[in-house]
Amino acid sequence: MAELELKSTSNSTRRTIRSARHAIVSGETSAVALADSYYDTIAAEDPKIHAWLALSRERATAQAHRIDDLAKAGDLAKAGDLAKSGDLANAEALPLAGVPIGIKDVLVMQGAPATAGSKILENYRPPYDATAVAKLAAAGAVLLGKLNCDEFAMGSSNENSAYGPVHNPRSLDRVPGGSSGGSAAAVAANMAVATLGTDTGGSIRQPASFCGVVGLLPTYGRVSRYGLIAFASSLDRVGPFTHTVEDAAILLGILAGPDPMDATSSGAAVPDYAAALGTPVKGLRIGIPDEYFGEGLDPEVRAAVEKTADALRAAGCTLNKVSLPHTRYAVATYYVLATAEASSNLARFDGVRYGLRADDAASLSGMYRKTRDQGFGKEVKRRILLGTYVLSAGYYDAYYRKAQQVRTLLTRDFLDAFTQVDAILTPTAPTPAFRLGEKTDDPLAMYLADIYTVTANLAGICGISVPCGNSKEGLPIGAQILGKHFDEATVLRVANAVEQAHRGGQAQR
Amino acid sequence: MPATSILSPEILAKYEPVIGLEVHVQLLTETKAFCGCSARFGSAPNTQVCPVCLGLPGALPVLNRRAVEFATLAAMALHCRINETSVFARKNYFYPDLPKGYQISQFDKPLGEHGWIDVPAPAGTKRIGITRLHMEEDAGKSMHEGFHDSRERTYIDLNRCGTPLVEIVSEPDIRSADEAYEYLTRIKEILLYTAVSDCNMEEGSLRCDANVSVRLKGAEKFGAKAEVKNVNSFRFVRAALEHEIERQIEVIEAGGRVVQESRLYNSAEGRTYSMRSKEQAHDYRYFPDPDLPPLVVSNAWQEEIRATMPELPEARRERMIDEYEITAQDAQVLTSSRAFADQFEQAAKAAKSPKRVANLVQGELVGRLKAAGLELAQSPISMQGIAQAADLAESGALSSKMLKQLFDRCFETGEDFGVVYEREKPQQISDSGALEKMIDEVIAANPKQVEQYRGGKKTVAAFFVGQAMKLSKGQANPALLNELVTKKLDG
Repeated sequence: MAELELKSTSNSTRRTIRSARHAIVSGETSAVALADSYYDTIAAEDPKIHAWLALSRERATAQAHRIDDLAKAGDLAKAGDLAKSGDLANAEALPLAGVPIGIKDVLVMQGAPATAGSKILENYRPPYDATAVAKLAAAGAVLLGKLNCDEFAMGSSNENSAYGPVHNPRSLDRVPGGSSGGSAAAVAANMAVATLGTDTGGSIRQPASFCGVVGLLPTYGRVSRYGLIAFASSLDRVGPFTHTVEDAAILLGILAGPDPMDATSSGAAVPDYAAALGTPVKGLRIGIPDEYFGEGLDPEVRAAVEKTADALRAAGCTLNKVSLPHTRYAVATYYVLATAEASSNLARFDGVRYGLRADDAASLSGMYRKTRDQGFGKEVKRRILLGTYVLSAGYYDAYYRKAQQVRTLLTRDFLDAFTQVDAILTPTAPTPAFRLGEKTDDPLAMYLADIYTVTANLAGICGISVPCGNSKEGLPIGAQILGKHFDEATVLRVANAVEQAHRGGQAQR
Repeated sequence: MPATSILSPEILAKYEPVIGLEVHVQLLTETKAFCGCSARFGSAPNTQVCPVCLGLPGALPVLNRRAVEFATLAAMALHCRINETSVFARKNYFYPDLPKGYQISQFDKPLGEHGWIDVPAPAGTKRIGITRLHMEEDAGKSMHEGFHDSRERTYIDLNRCGTPLVEIVSEPDIRSADEAYEYLTRIKEILLYTAVSDCNMEEGSLRCDANVSVRLKGAEKFGAKAEVKNVNSFRFVRAALEHEIERQIEVIEAGGRVVQESRLYNSAEGRTYSMRSKEQAHDYRYFPDPDLPPLVVSNAWQEEIRATMPELPEARRERMIDEYEITAQDAQVLTSSRAFADQFEQAAKAAKSPKRVANLVQGELVGRLKAAGLELAQSPISMQGIAQAADLAESGALSSKMLKQLFDRCFETGEDFGVVYEREKPQQISDSGALEKMIDEVIAANPKQVEQYRGGKKTVAAFFVGQAMKLSKGQANPALLNELVTKKLDG
């Protein structure tokens, strides 16, 4: 495996979960000192990037002290050093001891506001932890704060945040992608070891691709959605952003599993993802779908992904052409279903119980109208209107029901393909990161940024974006690997091979 | 009270009302439908709430298994076909006591369909169809009155929010206000028997909306219907329907057209008013709730639920008439609640004569309860007490006059029969002289039995003890009486 600590463009150190935990367990540093160093980096870097909406320093420091007390007592060492054993299953306690992690602002977390990037939730403080957040905390993670995102996770560039856009750390005049732009940027700029994001139509994978980090989309039901401020409930997922595929595997192992608070979470067995990385990819069949290499694909992205395919072949994989014939209907289908669910999910933001309330209304309906007019941004309003329309009497069959039927066909495409291949390789996004402001006036062009990612959400399958190259301008390019339902292990193994090939390529240069 | 109609009976007789009822019933679960909050009624406002029932950002519903079992049991008791797979849907509308902006309900795939119940009718019974029974959650409560600033503000209590409900929708099979009353009475009786709800209308655990239209007798097409909302007692439902039927006939007779609308019943004035609100044109934009997987009540689970089905009131009445040789009217009174019928049957089985137990309930208990303004459940005299009284009467130990006096005492003091009887039963006669006189009388009157005894059939002694006891009106000291009888016969 490549070296774990690299100097990035800034002075800060690029730490992985393994190296951060090792530094604390071995006494090289303390959890408090490590957290402080990340807060220092945030103070230095974030004014340029604007990845963070709120810092939860009190909670982070309290947790870091707890970890340090355990470390002093030797309890962490006894629990088993990840760095030594390399086996998460044998690390009985606190696999994330002292590891600084950031949380996308659509996930609720006690001790910090939860705005979901919206004005309508300005100053809203949730009284509970999302299950994913609680699991990280229980594993010993130090939660640094809340990360910027598109309002209610609606967007592909992070320009729809009510609190201002995020700048791509790799090129500050570029977008970081969206909607989890803050989460991707924070990892890319070493402002956190890892972050949580959410992905409804590409919101983890696309920003991971734009910022040059790893972003994992778990299978629907794999990670609890409890505490995720819903955009589209049947599509929303929670997943990690990390520097390495191994870190993604470690985090998924902690996040995955059934949750009594989420009726859509799955009881499927959780394998040891980190251990699975040790199994070579030799013999795996990789599908290459024509539909993902057509018109609109940037030549540099195409070249990088084709090079990745070659690298996988060199590692012993077989490459097979597969067909996903309903792909061209995916974006339209997605925007019917996602907006329909959003129009209902966002009804609770009515000014009655929490968040913004317009105070100059003369009637109840006036209060509703003014609150929602003042509280929601343009894109959110657009989607609520679209979603309300497709569910309306007389239009339901033509739009919502039809889209559900197409969704079934899209899912069948993947199920058919997965009878022939073990994983599918595609570009994550058609282009590298575009410039801030470039697409803000053209919602359709913006929607097409998700053309390769929405399909996995519709089909419920898992996927990952892993860095696979750079454009001539030095912008990162991501490869997407899609896998069967609950087969994250294979996706992670393939991504691991891509990562090694890419690192190897970089080292040669 | 209802305004008297200006219409003649002849005109009223030309028309036929068509009525369908929607009944909302709160299920008697410990906790709410989709979270672990207590579903108890009457706590301080907004104390039984959590992120889920408050609809806080990020919270998700998880279905209460018990609520499914209660709803399924109710559907089975109403002869509904259970859909193995039913689907929760969101009913979207804005209202301050609806925190999520939608109500979780069931729409095109309800839990139960195609049910029916039989209700008493002038000619025997009439079968009323039940279109569907579906599960849903209750909203919170808006309180528009009772606060010092109620003129400017409405207060909201979300304790009720998320309480499990079933909605029972009848077919438009009901043809009179009386039939509607009978239907509601039967529905309530069945739900109480299955113990899925307390059906307490004051506390809102049973609520009723009525759809009513009129048409000329013999016409096939339904007229335009009015929905009479939220009437809070069965008697008011009947009165509201009577009024609404006449109102619609008046409109038609005057050459007008009935408007399809929601109307509110004012019980003080005995009439309905148009709600004239835009809410009537609601498009609820139902769609399957993506937070809840389809509800699957497997055949095995259905059988488990069916096994908990108690004997229902109609069947129980028939069996009791048979088993205890009581009248249909007795059976009706005795089965008015499941607990009461259970007690009766226990008492009837323990007593020597079930028929006498039933008679005592009808003849002595019901009238006294009515006079005292008490429900059966509040009776001072328990069913065990009735059984004891019945046995004493059966053995001749208590005259009916003494029994009546003892029952009166029970209602005066609020004590059970056994307590009053033990304290107040007339003093026993332990005076040997008085008892001997009675025994002499019995011996003199039954020479044949004396002969039998003296001929060696010693068991005949019991006959003399019984006769003498009767003569003492049950007040003889039994031990002494025994002794004296033997002495007299032997001596």
